[in-house]
Amino acid sequence: MNGSMTVLRILPEIIFTITGVLIMLVDPVMPREANRKPLGWLAVFGALAALVASLYQYSLPDGTAYFGVVQTDAFSVFFHVLISGIILVSALVALDAVHPDTENLGELFALISFGAVGMLLMTSGVELLLVFIGLEISSISTYILAGFRRKTAKSPESAIKYFLLGSFATAFFLYGIALTYGATGTTRITDIATGLATTHDLPIAVVGLAFIIIGLAFKVSAAPFHLWTPDVYEGAPSPIVGLMSTAPKAAAFAVLLRIAYEAFPQLQSHWMPLLWIIAAISMTLGNLGALRQKNVKRMLAYSSIAHAGYLLVAFTVLSADGVAAASFYAVAYAVMNVGIFAVISHAGGYEDRLTLIEDYKGLAYRSPLLGGAMAFFLLSLIGIPFTGGFFGKFYVFASAIHAGMIWLAIIGLINSGIAVFYYLRVLTAAYTKPLDTSPVLNVPRASFPLLLALFLTVSVTLILGIAPDRILKGARNAAETFPILSSQQPPLNATPGAPSMAELSHKP
Amino acid sequence: MLNGSILSLITFLPLAGAVILALLPRRGRIIQWWALLVSLATFVATLHLPAHFVYGQSGFQFVINAPWITHPAIRYHLGVDGLSMWLVVLTGFLAPIGVLVSWKAIENRTKEFYFLFLIQQTAMLGVFVSLDLFLYYAFWELTLVPMAILIAMYGRNKGPQAAIKFFLYAFIPSALLLVAILWLYAKTGTFEFTHLQTAIAAGGLGPQALFWVALAFLVAFAVKVPVFPLHGWLADGLTQAPTAMSMVIAGKLGLYSLLRFNLGIFPVQSREFAPWMIALAVIGIIYGALVALVQRDMKRLVAYAILSQVSFVLLGIFCFSITGLDGAVYQIINEGVSGGALLVLLGILYERYGTFEISEYGGLSKRLPHMATLYIITTLSLIGLPILNGFVGEFLVLSGSFVGHHGWVVAATTGVILSASYMLWFIQRVFFGPPSTMVEEKPGIDVNFRELATLWPMILLMVVMGVASSYWIRGIEEGIRPLANAPVTQPMAQSHATSLPTQATLRKGRQ
Repeated sequence: MNGSMTVLRILPEIIFTITGVLIMLVDPVMPREANRKPLGWLAVFGALAALVASLYQYSLPDGTAYFGVVQTDAFSVFFHVLISGIILVSALVALDAVHPDTENLGELFALISFGAVGMLLMTSGVELLLVFIGLEISSISTYILAGFRRKTAKSPESAIKYFLLGSFATAFFLYGIALTYGATGTTRITDIATGLATTHDLPIAVVGLAFIIIGLAFKVSAAPFHLWTPDVYEGAPSPIVGLMSTAPKAAAFAVLLRIAYEAFPQLQSHWMPLLWIIAAISMTLGNLGALRQKNVKRMLAYSSIAHAGYLLVAFTVLSADGVAAASFYAVAYAVMNVGIFAVISHAGGYEDRLTLIEDYKGLAYRSPLLGGAMAFFLLSLIGIPFTGGFFGKFYVFASAIHAGMIWLAIIGLINSGIAVFYYLRVLTAAYTKPLDTSPVLNVPRASFPLLLALFLTVSVTLILGIAPDRILKGARNAAETFPILSSQQPPLNATPGAPSMAELSHKP
Repeated sequence: MLNGSILSLITFLPLAGAVILALLPRRGRIIQWWALLVSLATFVATLHLPAHFVYGQSGFQFVINAPWITHPAIRYHLGVDGLSMWLVVLTGFLAPIGVLVSWKAIENRTKEFYFLFLIQQTAMLGVFVSLDLFLYYAFWELTLVPMAILIAMYGRNKGPQAAIKFFLYAFIPSALLLVAILWLYAKTGTFEFTHLQTAIAAGGLGPQALFWVALAFLVAFAVKVPVFPLHGWLADGLTQAPTAMSMVIAGKLGLYSLLRFNLGIFPVQSREFAPWMIALAVIGIIYGALVALVQRDMKRLVAYAILSQVSFVLLGIFCFSITGLDGAVYQIINEGVSGGALLVLLGILYERYGTFEISEYGGLSKRLPHMATLYIITTLSLIGLPILNGFVGEFLVLSGSFVGHHGWVVAATTGVILSASYMLWFIQRVFFGPPSTMVEEKPGIDVNFRELATLWPMILLMVVMGVASSYWIRGIEEGIRPLANAPVTQPMAQSHATSLPTQATLRKGRQ
């Protein structure tokens, strides 16, 4: 019984591992000319099974496994579901974008599955060394995936850049772990807090935490550690960019949340201002950078930096609402970003036929469906109501203002106003009449996997914007798994609709 | 039974129609007919409101109030009062007209056009009926999207630029509006309009902070109206927009929001802003009229005429007298009907001659006598001729604001004279005098049946609203009376406070 329970706690990871191994085993025995797209379907079904397994994990009682290094609780399962979902959609998108004769197709899907294992371990690991191993697994697969179009100039460049800077950042992360161990005598996230209470080497712990934050800030491409992002996104194949701009980031945010709120709650006064600054400059630099871009993928790279900033705003809130808002925003951002990259990788294809914003002129005329989907995701990224992007932003800034961070909220919302400008440039391009020579006229018809991917992302984005109650509840439960937040003072609003004059009259 | 769900029906009927429309085949005029059917059905549904409105009963009617999102506490709360009821009906009335004027004007991409057109209807109706600030803000932002895309796709040659300009002008102040709404929520724990009203009237929130919050509300709405120095988007947006959209781009949304939220939630702060707003209103009236006088493009002329018209409304609003507010709301409706009719007429003329350049025209009245008649009636309504609707509104605004603001009102009255001069001069140049070469060369086709069906209801309404204004004023007055009353300040706050401890103790008991 106990043994089976242990296995269940890493069930999605196991499923992804088996999927990846299976693909690697089948690929070499297939005839050389055979269509390798079925391998992609294998990856899709693997991701689907992992998604179901993640949802099943909600029914497990909270607890740890394997000598207490893995923990499933409302928080890790929330992110398990999210990451498995992203992988599912990304596999569909990749399946749509590639050709049967694309090189190393089997390995592409195997690497996607293996990367997912690492990301899932990051979210459920409560032992920093395991988290580090998860980080490495996910990073190495994404390094390779970024350079998958070997014969172009940009793709290997992007992979090498990503690899060099990425290993540097992971080294920071590892060094941070070592320093933390030196200060507290443990690398288990849940024990660090107790270790901190008794340590005599608090400055070392602070430095360790700073290094950990640097390492993770690199992974989520928060400013000032964001410089790699535009180059890497520009060079990597579009379906892969959709994946690597969302799933590893969600995992890294989960780790950052767990470390900040579970391991280092005592050092709040240190990390809070740090994240405040990172959030403010990420939003600002991301949006200002995006304004100048002509290349759609570079623009979305800067936009992802800005979105990392919005998400970090929620970190500064220091309440269950903040963590819930951050988790919710991670979902909203991931869904809309995967969605827009689904459109881009179909329109541009695996070979990146459309790169500039101008190239998208007339997309809505060529295919109303693709144009409409693109418009929808851009509007969600802008933060138009009834989409996930709006509710995410709303929730983040509502909790920030509730915590008294008015200035951060004003900076953020003015930034979201600036952001409108560059998103609209793409939107109006898509809705401008194409010329006879416009490259969009060669965009192929939407395939079944793409339709499925778009259906999933559009409907989830709408659910997040119109009926977010269940997902919000999941995010709140996730937030309350952190001991420091579970017995928090009354939340943002305890009694819906109750007249608030009572509160007001208590004030002098 | 229907009373509880009628507002949801009205609001979401166009949306449901849009979804079905997306599935219809692009064949013949199926899409146009469907859009017409949906918008007519919506209009008929809006007529349920005045038919079942209970006069003499304060507060909101046809209310539906259900929990939507439990945390943060957001409710699906809709309702109308005398202020918003006629605006809902007006929106419903203009929808089929919008479809009819686009019938021939929009030939390509009809499905996209009517899909977005119907979504725009839902968004606008939602703005007028929402009583939860979150819901309201959601609809408010949503109104931008179809409008911007429609301007970009179906506008004249500079559509995309105008669309971006319009969107940015409206979106950035809205971001600050969101900060203000969230701040209110953080302090009071509610998004509900009535709860916020009582919470703020009770005092307890710092006047300094409330000033900034009220200012954020004011600026966001003022851009949408637009108020004088913030009107930069209007001329381009209105000129580029297709007729069906230029009819609803300015005026009612922003003005309604000012009345409902600025005056409703921040009575004290609104009165602090009043001197400035009155000054801006009068400047807007005169500036708009003078700029309209020198325009060469008809649509730009109408854009500045509208700036002048909405500034009149603003003058009426910020005088805080019942007469002035009555006139202001009446003028909002007039602006929709008469301004809308003029834009429809311009669209019809453009369909025939393909230009808005005034100097190209001349002597049209001999060729198109029916059209000339319609133009003249509309013009007379706009410049405020007695027995037409414009007179009632202008008269009420001016007489309501005269008390206490002599100087400003005298200045505003010159606006009435100026409006007569730019409109009549425009009519004279286009319809009278010797026929221009263009008019000579092109075949002049007078208004056809579809166009008459579009315009006659509007003309009829101008006359009825001019003669039987009391029918409308009755409802409007119920809605605006609370806004005209002097704000509840310190002494009243005390009396509120006496009722508070009961609730406070209740709450304590629960914990």
